[in-house]
Amino acid sequence: MPTAAQPKLAVYKFSSCDGCQLGLLNLEDELLTLVGAVQVAMFLEARRDVLPPPYDIGLVEGSISTPDEEERIHQARRDCKTLIAIGACSTSGGIQALRNWADVHEYARTVYPHPEYLQTLETATPIAAHVFVDFELRGCPVNEKQLLELIAATLIGRRPHIRTHSLCVECKRKGLPCVMVSQGLPCLGPVTQAGCNALCPQCGRACYGCFGPMEQPNMSAIGNHFTSKQNRNPREMTRMLRLFNGYLEPFKQASDKYEQREKK
Amino acid sequence: MSSEKKNRQRTIAVNALARVEGEGALHLVMDGSNVKEAKLRIYEPPRFYEAFLRGRDFREVPDITARICGICPIAYQTASCYALEKAMDVFDDVQQLPGVQVMRDLMYCGEWIESHVLHMFMLHLPDFLGYESAISMAKDHGDTVKQALRLKKLGNQLVAVFGGRAVHPVGMCVGGFHRAPQQKNVLALVDETKACCDLMCELALFLAENIDYPDMQRDYEFVSLCPENEYPMNLGRICSNKGLDVDQADFGNQIQESQVEHSTALHSVIKRRGAYMVGPLARLNLNSDKLHPRAAELLPKVCKALGKSLPWQNNFLSLPARALETVHALALAADLLAAYQRPTPSHVNITPRAGHGAHGTEAPRGLCWHEYRTEEDGTISMAHIMPPTAQNQLTIEADLREMAAQLVDMDDQAAALRCEHLIRNYDPCISCSVHFLKFDRQFITQ
Repeated sequence: MPTAAQPKLAVYKFSSCDGCQLGLLNLEDELLTLVGAVQVAMFLEARRDVLPPPYDIGLVEGSISTPDEEERIHQARRDCKTLIAIGACSTSGGIQALRNWADVHEYARTVYPHPEYLQTLETATPIAAHVFVDFELRGCPVNEKQLLELIAATLIGRRPHIRTHSLCVECKRKGLPCVMVSQGLPCLGPVTQAGCNALCPQCGRACYGCFGPMEQPNMSAIGNHFTSKQNRNPREMTRMLRLFNGYLEPFKQASDKYEQREKK
Repeated sequence: MSSEKKNRQRTIAVNALARVEGEGALHLVMDGSNVKEAKLRIYEPPRFYEAFLRGRDFREVPDITARICGICPIAYQTASCYALEKAMDVFDDVQQLPGVQVMRDLMYCGEWIESHVLHMFMLHLPDFLGYESAISMAKDHGDTVKQALRLKKLGNQLVAVFGGRAVHPVGMCVGGFHRAPQQKNVLALVDETKACCDLMCELALFLAENIDYPDMQRDYEFVSLCPENEYPMNLGRICSNKGLDVDQADFGNQIQESQVEHSTALHSVIKRRGAYMVGPLARLNLNSDKLHPRAAELLPKVCKALGKSLPWQNNFLSLPARALETVHALALAADLLAAYQRPTPSHVNITPRAGHGAHGTEAPRGLCWHEYRTEEDGTISMAHIMPPTAQNQLTIEADLREMAAQLVDMDDQAAALRCEHLIRNYDPCISCSVHFLKFDRQFITQ
């Protein structure tokens, strides 16, 4: 039974695919223990009952892309002692942030016969662009084990062990052959944060950066390698960088540079 | 009393439909037993996939469309891959590549298992047994919840062995797979898959025997893939019980999509005919003769326990339909895993070309249909996606109208719960179904 001492956990959804909150339900072996350690106070995907705020931990999935979401995120911040952004949408804006370089009204006209019915913002932005966020967990989707580590660390009040080094370290530890060296593939591993267990190189394909930029990536070095050694054109470079974490600096800065070159 | 009830206008408003792939709400206005309005509002923020897919390289598409839904990424990846393989004119080459179709079927089995089990036991069953969630249900039915978690875990493992991870896997590509897993990693899942299949057979009977299913018969048009020799999943023509029988590429021409003010999902109707239903009930009613023998031998027992033979016209029976499909997916997976031979090569090489292709596959919640046009260098110039929940939207609204007559004598909370329950029958993509029901009751005085 829930006790007063049990911390209250709330899960919020904004513009997203639900895949990161599904990460919680995908912790099959740990789920019942987790549910025993916290009180699941609000989690629409899993339960109907909602307990009143305040909440000890708020997990936020999704980016802010509508006027309503802009309002709701401020209430979420007020309601949660610790607010954690989970996944690429909430930490970078996600794939829907591609609108930030386009005309959202043109997008709306393309998809909907009556764009005037829609309520949408010109941009899709990460949670931290709106309110203070206590921690950001990267990934499209998040790694479930990292999510568990983060919740456990928050519950006992220590710093979570989440690596911020590049994917290459993970890849080398697994002893995988480098897909950039051996196959000449445009691998974003050297500038991407670890956390996925080097899934793409294991499949023999190039990392496409779903965990976003590592701490202090050397964008110009990898860019020069791709353009000079692999003959990638500026358009390919822009496209490669503008994916699930494209609106996050320094991916954004680099893709803007290649877009300028493309236009020249 | 009865005259007061007859004159009572009430609005049942569900402000946050949780278990839909995205966000939705329900709005039902009743005047006595007359329904004045029944709307399924889908206000999921538009993310404009079809707009930003333009200008992307065709090879990027399956990775991008997977992100439409975290629960059924395989549905999006497979539909994108097949449609683009047609656009690139390599569809037949990929089909002839030994082992690739088997890998796609196995991954899809994994997705059906994890998604169906999540929906049946975590999201839908609490409605039937009178709990607010599986968390509360676990206190009285701990073993059932644990068994469900075991099944779900296996489903996720099946996806992960071919795709690296369960959510947004990275293995599949236009042309096949980036790499096929080692045989030993695949064979390692055989025993657990067989054990889970036995377990699911028991659970399917448990669900059929121990639950009282509400009655609501409607004359639906059921639409699903109908391959000749197998239960629908990845391939086949698209057919219905009312005469629709079209090639994949033609399906788009048969459907009229329109937008209404209360929804960011486009409404679909079959031209000159109207609303239709996709999903497990449609698949089962149209293809029950093609179930795997394990599921086929269970079917008469389930029908007997329910007292209903096929076709089932009651979508509350989507729960036993999902259970049968889960048995089918587990049994099929066990067979395919045991016979797995690592395909080499695992994909065909593609020279980009200008083309057009359309294909739909059976997401756990129904047909997910994609259409693309490409330029000479493989750049996407047009993308068109019809997800299952959008196709079911009008049918859900019609169900709500039909059911409203049963709600007249219920108090507000019970009526709201019944409405939520009905919407959850459709397993609206990740299910955040109808929570936060708010009732405003107005009394009209004459």
